[in-house]
Amino acid sequence: MWEYTDKVKEHFLNPRNVGEVVDPDGVGEVGSMACGDALKLTFKLDENKKIKEAKFQTFGCASAIASSSAMTEMMIGKTIEEAEKITNDDIADYLGGLPKEKMHCSVLGRDALEKAIYCYRGDPEKKIDGNIVCECFGVTDKEIERAVTENQLRTIEDVTNYVKAGGGCENCHENIQQIIDNVYNKVTQIIPVKKELTNIQKIRLIEETLEREIKPALQKDGGNIELIDVDGDRVLVKLIGTCATCKASQLTLKNYVEARLKEMVAPGLVVEEVK
Amino acid sequence: MDVVYMDNNATTKLDPLVLDAMLPYLKELYGNASSMHSFGGAVGREISAAREKLASLINAAPGEIIFTSCGTESDSTAINAAIRSNPNKKHIITSRVEHPAIKNLYEYYAKNGYRVTWVPVDKEGVLDLDYLYRHLTEDTALVSIMWANNESGVIFPIEEIAEKLRNQDIVFHTDAVQAVGKFPVDVKATGLDMMSVSGHKLHGPKGVGALYVRKGTRFSPFMIGGHQERGRRGGTENVASIIGLGKACELAMANLKDMDTRVRGLRDRLEDGLMKNIPNSLLNGKKDARLSNTSNISFEYVEGEAILLMMDQLGICASSGSACTSGSLEPSHVLRAMGVPFTAAHGSIRFSLSTYNTEKEVDFVIENLPPIIERLREMSPFWKAAACKLQ
Repeated sequence: MWEYTDKVKEHFLNPRNVGEVVDPDGVGEVGSMACGDALKLTFKLDENKKIKEAKFQTFGCASAIASSSAMTEMMIGKTIEEAEKITNDDIADYLGGLPKEKMHCSVLGRDALEKAIYCYRGDPEKKIDGNIVCECFGVTDKEIERAVTENQLRTIEDVTNYVKAGGGCENCHENIQQIIDNVYNKVTQIIPVKKELTNIQKIRLIEETLEREIKPALQKDGGNIELIDVDGDRVLVKLIGTCATCKASQLTLKNYVEARLKEMVAPGLVVEEVK
Repeated sequence: MDVVYMDNNATTKLDPLVLDAMLPYLKELYGNASSMHSFGGAVGREISAAREKLASLINAAPGEIIFTSCGTESDSTAINAAIRSNPNKKHIITSRVEHPAIKNLYEYYAKNGYRVTWVPVDKEGVLDLDYLYRHLTEDTALVSIMWANNESGVIFPIEEIAEKLRNQDIVFHTDAVQAVGKFPVDVKATGLDMMSVSGHKLHGPKGVGALYVRKGTRFSPFMIGGHQERGRRGGTENVASIIGLGKACELAMANLKDMDTRVRGLRDRLEDGLMKNIPNSLLNGKKDARLSNTSNISFEYVEGEAILLMMDQLGICASSGSACTSGSLEPSHVLRAMGVPFTAAHGSIRFSLSTYNTEKEVDFVIENLPPIIERLREMSPFWKAAACKLQ
C-alpha cells in the first residue's frame, strides 16, 4: 500500500485538465502501454505567448495521473521559457512528495513537457540520444546520466526509481553503476587544481576575473570596480558608481568579489577597498 | 463505509468461531505444551486435537503434520529438506507461476549450484505436463508444483503428476496454500510426499501454517531448536493460532460444499456481469479449470493500481497484476508466463471470493466497476485510438 499524500489523492480522484487541447501549439507523447506508463500532453498559447491551456491523457497509476494533473496546473500561465524550467522534483514537491518508487511518474510528466516544447519549437523529433542501456524499459545512457546528475542519485535503486532502468531483468545493473561512477568522477574533475601562481600570473588572473565576471555583474546595477594594486595577497580595489555609495558595498566586496577571486585565483586573497 | 472484501486469496477474515476457540489460549490457558506440569500438558493435548482436525481435512495421519508459522515456512522447510535428503542430485523442477515463497527459493538454489527446470504454462495458465515429464532425469531430486494458482485460480493436475512420479526417487511437494479449504484435498489418495498449508487462507489466523510430510519421506528440519513437533520444527508453539487453525480446518470441511456451489455461483455472476458490461475485458485463466472463487480479468487501456484505488474509495477490495502494484517494475510473473501481453497485464484485476460474500456485494461491484473503467479510459491516451479503430 503506497503512502500517498492528500494532494496526490486529490489530483488522482479529481484530476485537472483531462483531455486534449483543440488545435494545440505543442504535443508531447511519452511512454507506452508496455511500459505501464504513458502520457499525452497538449498545450495552447495565448497572444502573449503564455500557456493558456494545457491538457493531459494518461495511462498509468495514481502517481502518474496525479503527476500529469499537477504538471498541467504548473504549466498554465507560464511562458515556454518558464515552463521549460519545471523539473520532476518540482512536480513531486507540488504534490507534497511521491513515494520514491513512484518518482519516475514525475519524470514522465517532465519528459512529456519537454517533448511538447520541442514540438512547438519545430525541433526535429528528438532523436534517441545515446545508447540503450536498459532493454526492458528502453532507457538510454544519456537519460540515466541526466537523471543521476539532475537529482544527485547515488545508487542503482535510485536510478530505477527515477527512470525505471534496471527494474526488469537487471542485466544492465553493472552498466548503470558505471554511469553513476562516471558522473561523480567528472564532478570531482571540474574543481580545478590550484597551482602556485607567479605574481604576474596572479595579477593577470585577477584582472581577467574582474573583467569577465565581476565588472559586468556590478555594471548591471549601475556600479563598477577598479583594480588599483595587488600587494602580495592583498587586492586593492576602488568601488565606483552606485557601488561607491551603496550600503551593501562591504557585503558585495567580501561575499562576492573576494569570494570569486578566492575561488578563481587563489584561496588566500583578501580584497580591500581604497577610497 | 462497509468493506466489500473480494481479496480472499490474499488473506481471509478470521471466522468468529475460530476467534472464540483461540481466546482461552491467549488468556488463562497460557501454559507451554512442553512443560511437565498439567497446566502446560493440557495445552499439549489441545494442540494434538488441532493436529487431528487438520489431518482429517486432508486425509493424513496426525503424525504426518508439522505446524509451522506460515505457508512460506512450510515451503522453505519442504524444499530444503528435499534437497538435503538427496545431496547427490542437483536438478530441481518447479513451474513458472509459483508463489515467491517457492520461486525465490528456487532462484536462490539456481545461483548456488543447482540446475532448475521451470515448467511453462500455456496462455490459459494450464501446466505443460509434457514439458515436465520430458525433463525428469536421474539427477532430479525434487518436483514442486502448486496445487492452485493464487492469481489465475487455475488448478493443476497434482494427482496425475503424483501418479507419474510414484516409485521414482523424486520428492514431490505441492504448495497447496490456495487449495486447502477451497476444494477437497486427499493427500493419501493423491500420493504426495509433502504439502504446504497456510492458516490465514482458510479463515484461520495469520502466523500459522502446516507442512504435511508423508510417513517414510526423508526429512531434516528447517528450524532447528527444541524438541517441539517431534524434533521436526523447533520453537515454542504458537498455541492460540494452532488451536485456531484446527478449528478453521473443522469449519472448512463443512464449507467445502458451499465453496463449490454458492460461492462458485457468485464468482460466475460477478465475472459474467463484469465482462458483459465492460467492453475490451479479457479473462485470464482457463474458465473451467479454476478455483471456484477466483476471477482474474484484464481491462484493456487502463492501469490496475488506478482501478484498485478508485474501487477502494467505494470500499471494494481486490488486487492487481500490474507493475505498479507488484513492488517491482514488472507486472505479475504469472501473467507474463501466461503470455498475457503487457498491454493487458497492467490492467488486470483479481477478485477472489469467500463464503462471506453475498449477491448484494457482487451486484454492487457489477454496478460500480464499469463507470470506474469508463472514467479511466476517458483519461487514457489509448482508449480513443482503440475505439476509433473499432469503428
